[in-house]
Amino acid sequence: MKSTGIVTGIISNLVTVRISGHVAQNEICYINLGGTKLMAEVIKVNGQDASVQVYESTRGLKQGDTVEFEGHMLEVELGPGLLSSSYDGLQNNLETMSDVFLKRGEYTSPLDHEKLWHFVPIAKKGETVIAADWLGEVKEGWLPHKIMVPFSFKGEYKIKSLAPEGDYTIDETIAVLTNAEGDDVNVTMTQKWPVKVAVGGYVEKPRPYRIMETGVRCIDTMNPIAEGGTGFIPGPFGCGKTVLQHAIAQQGDAEVIVMAACGERANEVVEIFTEFPELVDPHTGRKLMERTTIICNTSNMPVAAREASVYTAMTICEYYRAMGMKVLLLADSTSRWAQALREMSNRMEELPGADAFPVDLSAIISNFYSRAGIVTLNNGQTGSVTFIGTVSPAGGPLKEPVTESTKKAARCFYGLEQARADKKRYPAINPLDSYSKYLEYPEIIDYLNSKIAPDWVEKVNRAKNIVRRGKEVAEQINILGDDGVPISYHEQYWKSELIDFVILQQDAFDKIDALTPMDRQEYMLTLVLDVCDHQFSFGTFEDCSRKFKEIINIMRQMNYSEFQSEQFKNYLDQLHKALSNEQ
Amino acid sequence: MSSRAFQRIYTRLESITKATVTLRAEGVSNDELATVAGRLAQVVKIRRGAVTLQVFAGTEGIPTDAEVIFFGEPPALNVSTDLAGRFFNAYGDPIDGGPAVEGERRFIGGPSVNPYKRKMPSELIPTGIAGIDLNNTLVTGQKIPFFADPDQPYNQVMAQVALRADVDKIILGGMGLSNDDYLYFRHEFENAGALHKIISFVNTTDQPPVERLLIPDMALTAAEYFAVDRNEKVLVLLTDMTLYADALSIVSNRMDQIPSKDSMPGSLYSDLAKIYEKAVQLPTGGSITIIAVTTLNDGDITHAIPDNTGYITEGQLFLRHDTDTGKVIIDPFRSLSRLKQHVQGKKTREDHSQVMNASVRLYADAQNAKTKLENGFDLSDYDLRCLDYAKDYAVQLLSIDVNIPITEMLDTAWKLFAKYFSKAETGIKQAMIDKYWPSERMD
Repeated sequence: MKSTGIVTGIISNLVTVRISGHVAQNEICYINLGGTKLMAEVIKVNGQDASVQVYESTRGLKQGDTVEFEGHMLEVELGPGLLSSSYDGLQNNLETMSDVFLKRGEYTSPLDHEKLWHFVPIAKKGETVIAADWLGEVKEGWLPHKIMVPFSFKGEYKIKSLAPEGDYTIDETIAVLTNAEGDDVNVTMTQKWPVKVAVGGYVEKPRPYRIMETGVRCIDTMNPIAEGGTGFIPGPFGCGKTVLQHAIAQQGDAEVIVMAACGERANEVVEIFTEFPELVDPHTGRKLMERTTIICNTSNMPVAAREASVYTAMTICEYYRAMGMKVLLLADSTSRWAQALREMSNRMEELPGADAFPVDLSAIISNFYSRAGIVTLNNGQTGSVTFIGTVSPAGGPLKEPVTESTKKAARCFYGLEQARADKKRYPAINPLDSYSKYLEYPEIIDYLNSKIAPDWVEKVNRAKNIVRRGKEVAEQINILGDDGVPISYHEQYWKSELIDFVILQQDAFDKIDALTPMDRQEYMLTLVLDVCDHQFSFGTFEDCSRKFKEIINIMRQMNYSEFQSEQFKNYLDQLHKALSNEQ
Repeated sequence: MSSRAFQRIYTRLESITKATVTLRAEGVSNDELATVAGRLAQVVKIRRGAVTLQVFAGTEGIPTDAEVIFFGEPPALNVSTDLAGRFFNAYGDPIDGGPAVEGERRFIGGPSVNPYKRKMPSELIPTGIAGIDLNNTLVTGQKIPFFADPDQPYNQVMAQVALRADVDKIILGGMGLSNDDYLYFRHEFENAGALHKIISFVNTTDQPPVERLLIPDMALTAAEYFAVDRNEKVLVLLTDMTLYADALSIVSNRMDQIPSKDSMPGSLYSDLAKIYEKAVQLPTGGSITIIAVTTLNDGDITHAIPDNTGYITEGQLFLRHDTDTGKVIIDPFRSLSRLKQHVQGKKTREDHSQVMNASVRLYADAQNAKTKLENGFDLSDYDLRCLDYAKDYAVQLLSIDVNIPITEMLDTAWKLFAKYFSKAETGIKQAMIDKYWPSERMD
């Protein structure tokens, strides 16, 4: 028997329901508004009154309208067909909706129930299995999509029967499992999972020990993010947050990408819809859209669903991680999610924390970030979810609750800076304030030094030091004037400019420069440091700036040329010439 | 908003605040309209039989036995082609002396467009102002505000933009317009002979501030009718959104909500986004473009209103008084149109983005030269040429009184390059230089 209730109070999308029967915290219910069913979630229970947040507009809702509780939390449907789909925050398929406008109460199925998938068994009849073990696989695009024992299964099961290789819909039984009590359970290709609960089904979650390439130099070289790691990108509007995230999405070395457009501009999502089906994944040569799922809850869509959208996205990531895949989750922007939390907390008249955000904001954010990670699966293979979120700090400065809370949770920090953006130095990541905690992990240092070059981490630190020193002398030059400082100051300043222009700055709209593979990054950093080690002797500070401008120009042309091509080598020759004949 | 049959009438108010009244009533639905002692009000809260109404005109003089009549439906607008050429108040009632508009009754503040059904904005809106067309090109389906100090002529600029833009309908949403500005708009529209394609919803400063909250939804409901039902290109002007946000904070304050930054309601971002995100390019060819005004306090863009706006809109246009030339210009550094790359060089001449970048970079060099001059350093020959160029550039291109086609803007820029600089100094691609460099001056 489902619990029921009636509406007794309404403030915007917070509705109070007088319940008869039992309800659970976070249970889903439907409110009947003249035949239209509005989905809602229980967020507080007080005696016979449950407060529910409605995922839709509550216009026209009346006292006395009936409510039916569903007996489960907000769930997503997992199965083949998630990739290349576009969903709203509640996993409704946006493509199959009929109208131009989003119709209230229209819920569409996330997966295609008619489509046939070619199933190939992996497990064998009679084997003992537990939750998340692989039973078989289907090809989703080119990716092997594992059909698993549902995550919700507890204890050991014996495979009683397994469907032979062949074509099936997602609703057909592909396996019958017997539990310890001897009951048979049918398993299909699809399962449901509550989004706010982390998916388990792995043996352990070690510390991240390898790097995920993004092709963006100021990330990979300067502050690399680990596979299974977490990072965040705060920045004022107009600093290129979204361009940077799109670049990472296009180039990131991941097999599956989930983009959560959370409370941002609709036209930006349209850009993804239009571009991704055309763009080619540089690692596989396939269309980007084939490995991408878009969760889209733009700023004008209902606020409560915005809160749900990041969880929906994370659950889909965890599902693919359990198949042993490298998954990258990008959320733009987590500030909008935090604002959704604030709106609800405000309506519930909770005592506010800083800037009227809920007091447990920090805990909620940490909890969410902790769902990322690299895991060892039951069969010894690994899978990972790497998470990068953007933060849109109110008013620009980073002293605000969302940035501060995120800083505690995320291990990489890529601070975008207005001053760099104004100078058109993109990506506008501040090289000195930004950090990657992973560079301190001994296992990551070992990995980098063995994978890239024996002295790699030392080189990176040297480069950072040159940039830091350059900033200091630039201040001196500004105070004392060009003539007031020794020429060596100018030399130091220009060396930091060289690193800035050749390594840190990168043209996201240039085909070649946009994506720099790791071997090329290693080559360029070594080359730049060689130039920095060169013994210059300048007569005047003007000679110094002239020479370095020349060098910068040549090396930038190298960045625009195909690696090791004729053109590239020509510029290298020019560079050697420029270094050998100093005036 | 006249009275209708079968209305429920109550005459016992339980509580009255400056902006709201509360009473016990049955069968009332959320968001529905009512009149309280003849003043229009809307249901904002229902709790155990107690219904709280927000009275748009304020509650001054309302007695506890005031008559409350519920309409049974949320605010609505009658839409039809008859809207064109008319002036309305915040409730959608005519204020131009004409008859009420007949047509389909649509509730305002309707649902959003499915993002998957949108099209990428790709059609240019020429305005004749080079500070916009050349540097910050506008695109149909875009939403962009003017960030301006209250003493700047933003309403004039907006009226000019509206009248020059090649669109089918212009819808003005005036919030807290001074009566003078209202009459200015009316006069400009009439003079331009464009009245037939203009629809205005106006709340002036002498009217209650809370009424303003209805204006954007009224304007956008009309806009959606023309864009969605009639596939027209619609331009919506919203001025001034800062006053709209102020009205939001008044209401949230009266309802005892906890304020967030700058005493604005915590939902400010969502409230503004709901309006701005109505900007859309539809696959059928219709579009809604929104140009708004957000007035700033002394140029402070970190205040919650411009800050939240900046995260929602696709760029911003900064007005600045240029003391060197005495002109009001569109600041090329702080202004930004995020969608310009979708049309520049694609719907305009191929040299557009190169010319734009070069002209702004040289203007930036002029600013550096100016700083040098102010700090008492010697100026080089290049610095002096930059300064001269900057003056010409401001007068001939950046100034808001410029009105020329885009091709002419590009030609003007090339002429300025040739007058003051060598080809190499412009840093423009050689192929473009070969094609467009004016031949009068040998280099």
